[in-house]
Amino acid sequence: MSDSSMSNTPKTSIHTLNARTKKRNASETRFKAYGIAAIAAGLMMLVVLLVTIVGNGYSAFTQTFISLEVELLESKLDKKGNRNIEDIKKVSTFGYTPLLQTAFEEKVAELGIETELSKKEMAGILSKSAAAEMRNLVVEDPSQIGNKVAFTFLANSRVDGYLKGRVTRESIANDKNISVAQLDFVDQLKEQGVVVKRFNPDFIFGADASDQRPEAAGIGVSMAGSFFMMLVVLGLALPIGVAASIYLEEFAPKNWITDIIEVNISNLAAVPSIVFGILGLAVFINYMHLPQSAPLVGGLVLTLMTLPTIIISTRASLKAVPPSIRDAALGLGASKMQSVFHHVLPLAAPGILTGTIIGLAQALGETAPLLLIGMIGFIASNPPSGFAEGLLSPNSAMPAQIYEWAKRADPAFYERAWGGIIILLVFLITMNTIAVILRRRFERRW
Amino acid sequence: MYDAPISSESAVSQKDIKIAADKVQVYYGDNHAIKDVSVQIEDKTVTAFIGPSGCGKSTFLRTLNRMNDTIDICRVEGDILLDGENIYDAKVDPVQLRAKVGMVFQKPNPFPKSIYDNIAYGPRIHGLANSKADLDVIVEKSLRRGAIWDEVKDRLHAPGTGLSGGQQQRLCIARAVATEPEVLLMDEPCSALDPIATAQVEELIDELRESYSVVIVTHSMQQAARVSQKTAFFHLGNLVEYDDTSKIFTNPQDERTESYITGRIG
Repeated sequence: MSDSSMSNTPKTSIHTLNARTKKRNASETRFKAYGIAAIAAGLMMLVVLLVTIVGNGYSAFTQTFISLEVELLESKLDKKGNRNIEDIKKVSTFGYTPLLQTAFEEKVAELGIETELSKKEMAGILSKSAAAEMRNLVVEDPSQIGNKVAFTFLANSRVDGYLKGRVTRESIANDKNISVAQLDFVDQLKEQGVVVKRFNPDFIFGADASDQRPEAAGIGVSMAGSFFMMLVVLGLALPIGVAASIYLEEFAPKNWITDIIEVNISNLAAVPSIVFGILGLAVFINYMHLPQSAPLVGGLVLTLMTLPTIIISTRASLKAVPPSIRDAALGLGASKMQSVFHHVLPLAAPGILTGTIIGLAQALGETAPLLLIGMIGFIASNPPSGFAEGLLSPNSAMPAQIYEWAKRADPAFYERAWGGIIILLVFLITMNTIAVILRRRFERRW
Repeated sequence: MYDAPISSESAVSQKDIKIAADKVQVYYGDNHAIKDVSVQIEDKTVTAFIGPSGCGKSTFLRTLNRMNDTIDICRVEGDILLDGENIYDAKVDPVQLRAKVGMVFQKPNPFPKSIYDNIAYGPRIHGLANSKADLDVIVEKSLRRGAIWDEVKDRLHAPGTGLSGGQQQRLCIARAVATEPEVLLMDEPCSALDPIATAQVEELIDELRESYSVVIVTHSMQQAARVSQKTAFFHLGNLVEYDDTSKIFTNPQDERTESYITGRIG
């Protein structure tokens, strides 16, 4: 019976596709198309993101400078003429401003520039930090008084914006800080090479500045803050995380207690970082009275956050070491600890390192917990002078600094926020690349 | 069960008893894996454990150097005496025991280190060598005993994992020998090897018999017949029959043994 039914079905050629095959092929093609579309969409987002960030941020790395020779008049700076440092310090930055104005007058006369600006207006194109810069030099080296010293001052952020195209003659119609005549004057100075726009290393290495002087703000000090936090994280999270993983993976009995611990570690990895922040505020600052805004506290909070990441990746790489290696060591009479430290751990090390670097990169970009322990909104003006100060004196961190700039009113800070993001991204990409390279280089196949 | 054959073979019974197991029970959780096994393993003899998969022969082998300790749910009852001392005594540190009772595993498992370091690891952790020169001697001696010296003497510092499967297994045997054990346990040492490599390892096992008591678990009855002097047949956790190899394969006493070696069960 079955024979007859089989002979009834018509013979089919494998050269013509039947309906079922066509349908299957079509659905496979469709699925591939969805996949490609998804990847394309993702890549496009990435490109848009990078283009936006670089487009907005690259200008933060250049700054407008004005070079002037200023005569440090003894009559203004040291009226008694005895070079007493205490007397010199009594002269505030207001005492230096007239010198700047005089310097401009001389410059204009020297270059033969015609302008209707008053000397006060001319000096107005300089940053408010110019007088302070001069004063710092004089206080540091009073013997310069009486000399004519060549300075390169930062230009006012409006002037800087004008050279970068952010500020136009139309946009300053209602701006009290700068006038069209001043912009004309800048144009004239620019032709003579007195005003130049060039790379500004102080943005990368310098300290943040007050709301009034966006042109002087840099990310360097908060970079140091981030660095000290990462030191704390690395110094605590790596040994604690690796020790905990080794114990859990290799020594701990498998029972309900270790199961609960395991589940909770996974849960911790998913806890919102602000929760760790409030924990840090409650425990480290309110209870233990560690200094507020200190990178030490930030580092401790980020350690709590990074630990689950490190533990999970360490346990995964320990699990990936084949049990035959442990058997081999134990079979030779090695103790459990010898088998772990001589054989398992070296094989798991690349994985552990990768996990640690990725954990650190996460911590480096973390902002929310820093809000709660006072590392945001603080203007760190001086780079830490030593290790202890780096850990304990108030500081900011890179993402916190970016957030701080982004919320300030002056549009000149906006560019710096984007610039800061570029620097942060460079760090993150570098760390992740190192992680990938380590994994590739030391990965073992079994 | 085996008293009669031993007494009839006076030549064999003259040999010392190296390991004496008495009424050994092994449980994996609720699963009774080894039931009441008593066996006496002789010194300077190759003893083969044969039996169908899951019969407990590997489990029993691993109780002999307490490798089962690494499995949490495993529980061993009964006495196993090594030279008259109970290895499950509370005073025994399994680490010390395993230096005396070496083990070679089913899959070659060299450390991902150099050939030299593979061999030198055991002597180093047990403090068998006082100097680099001592260690060099031990490494050479062990590799010679492992019948692999000639193949690797020019590349002692090449990674052990770069050797072929058969070479790796002989390296593992050499590594086990380097710690100067008294008993060598082998858990299907040839199951991952091709026939040529198997022949080399079998030849090696025969040589090792001069110095050690060798216990080998094997799936291959031919192999058991080739290399061993005594054979134990396990079935469903029971030791069914233990006797001279020649007797087991030619004149088994138990019906199950006969069925197994003739291929009716297993």
